[in-house]
Amino acid sequence: MNRNRRGFLKLAGAAAALSMLPLKVLADFVRPKEAMAATDLKGVFASLGNAQDSDQIRLETPDIAENGAVVPVTVSSAIPGTSKIYLLVEDNPNPLAAAYMIPEGTEAFVQTRVKVAQTCPIYAVVEAGGKLYKTSRETKVTLGGCGG
Amino acid sequence: MAGSIRIRARLSGDVAEVKALMRHPMETGRRKDSAGNTIPAHFITEVTATSAGKTVLQAQWGAAVSQNPFLSFRIKGAKAGDTVQVQWLDNKGETGVGEATIK
Repeated sequence: MNRNRRGFLKLAGAAAALSMLPLKVLADFVRPKEAMAATDLKGVFASLGNAQDSDQIRLETPDIAENGAVVPVTVSSAIPGTSKIYLLVEDNPNPLAAAYMIPEGTEAFVQTRVKVAQTCPIYAVVEAGGKLYKTSRETKVTLGGCGG
Repeated sequence: MAGSIRIRARLSGDVAEVKALMRHPMETGRRKDSAGNTIPAHFITEVTATSAGKTVLQAQWGAAVSQNPFLSFRIKGAKAGDTVQVQWLDNKGETGVGEATIK
């Protein structure tokens, strides 16, 4: 009897371990393909969902970027439960430049360098608790980032 | 392209600031060479960072990330001596990896 119980426990444990595997795969960050392929801001938001303006997101970009091929962008979010950060450059051929998944234990902070085709607003979109928030900043570009 | 990422991880308090510099052309597929031929797209699509056995950041990139991409992020509750590993995958299936110890 006791042995059966042990056997059952073992089996149950193995089953539980197995059932966790697909969960882990699901938790992995899926590429927002549709949003990445969108060719305008409207298309990106149509795919991601609508975002409301927030002053809890800090977006740092240069006022004037001499070289549009290398524009440093820093985003940090004070919104509790920030789980994703998206970077959008409005006038780029595909506005969505980068998406970050921020697991618990990592600060809601990322810094990257992006290409900016021409003077236009750069957006930071933050997902927290299933909701989207955004902020934007205009960056003037003297030399576009697409021709090279 | 192993070893194509330079990583520095510096601890201040219990937060480690990680800075990674990857070597990659990040071609958009929209540029033309001097002969007028389109240069095919070649860019990093995914970046994953792990530390102390857990994923600390995942990124999905488009071609608009600059050449030789730079990425910085901050891990909370980090300890000196922990390692940080960063891996990338590009649209041609090539990969790169780099590792650093938090100091």
